Amino acid sequence: METPGPFTIFLASIFINNILLANFLGMCSFIAVSREIKTALGLGTAVIFVMTLTSGINYFVYTLLLEPLGLEYLRFIAFIVVIAATVQLVEMIIERVSPVLYYALGIFLPLITVNCAILGVSLFLVIREYSFLQSLAYGAGGGAGWALAILAMAGLRQKMKRSRVHPALQGPAITMILTGIMALAFIGFSGMVPM
Amino acid sequence: MRPTLWLRRSLGVSTLRRGIWDDNPIYRQILGICSALAVTNLLVNTAVMSAGLVFVTAMSSFTVSCLRTVTPKRVRMMAQVLIIASYVIVVDIAIKAYLPAISEALGPYVGLIITNCIIMGRCEGFAAKNPPVLSFLDGLGCGIGYGLVLLTIAFFRELLGFGTLFGAPVLPDGFTRWVIMVMPPGAFFMLGLVMWLLRTVQKPRSPAEGG
Repeated sequence: METPGPFTIFLASIFINNILLANFLGMCSFIAVSREIKTALGLGTAVIFVMTLTSGINYFVYTLLLEPLGLEYLRFIAFIVVIAATVQLVEMIIERVSPVLYYALGIFLPLITVNCAILGVSLFLVIREYSFLQSLAYGAGGGAGWALAILAMAGLRQKMKRSRVHPALQGPAITMILTGIMALAFIGFSGMVPM
Repeated sequence: MRPTLWLRRSLGVSTLRRGIWDDNPIYRQILGICSALAVTNLLVNTAVMSAGLVFVTAMSSFTVSCLRTVTPKRVRMMAQVLIIASYVIVVDIAIKAYLPAISEALGPYVGLIITNCIIMGRCEGFAAKNPPVLSFLDGLGCGIGYGLVLLTIAFFRELLGFGTLFGAPVLPDGFTRWVIMVMPPGAFFMLGLVMWLLRTVQKPRSPAEGG
């Protein structure tokens, strides 16, 4: 099977192999931050940015540094350091540009570091042996897919405030089930692009 | 001396118990959900993953706690991540060496233990303030609590999705497999239901918490 082009990967990682709905990555912040559209949008944008950047950087770190030296097993550490540094950068930028958003995101901004979606994308592109362009496309698409999912969920949860939900089902449990229905809907996209 | 010793032991027990039941990472703290969904389609994978996670949580909580007085506050997070990553590398290499097939099936999710918020959460929320042995127990408890919920989910997903348990067929041939259970939506539904059930059984707290 020939490897798909960057654009195909971009589309596929949004709809078909959605990083959240199909690969279950980035669930924690997804559940925690999807209560309001505004914060979801902020975090979604930050994730797209960080993910694209880190997948590009990590591609180089892996192929130019770790592989030639035979240190592939250090990739977890190397990737997480790159991610942490990038998040720090994004944090400083957001604090400067939009203090309101900065406070709205609060603790969740540094938590992007431990958002498994970011590390997951970097690990997937190593496993799938993507080229640089493919990696960038996968990073951007993965971020966009995640942002799409969290925005949709924030919309649903804002509406849901008016519904009466069983007390024990409230919060994370109903969010899980809603996500399940969303994942079900996204299965409809499968087969559109051969992956 | 005896009362203090007893006190200490009961503290250890309650710390363990809190991780497994009262403050279970999955359905109470809503941490570590990603891997709870991704690796639960087969019991074998789940068991290996849980064992790895128990090891990493307990050991990294222990290490973070040992180093808590000498770690500068500013680089705290970084230090924790590096400690966790080192243990994850150990687990990853061990699984690759002894269980190559499972390592293949788990894919990137072993590496993703690093970003499993349970570990980070426990290091930051408990180990950074408490003595090593207690932190070890806390990590152990949370790891076990995580593993138990995961095994429950995996039990039903594998049983209904494949008709097998640990790979051995248990349901009659005429049973129609619920393919949806081993697909992504099944994971979400199953976890949602488990959370609902366990939160119903437990004394309900304020509904806003955790989600």
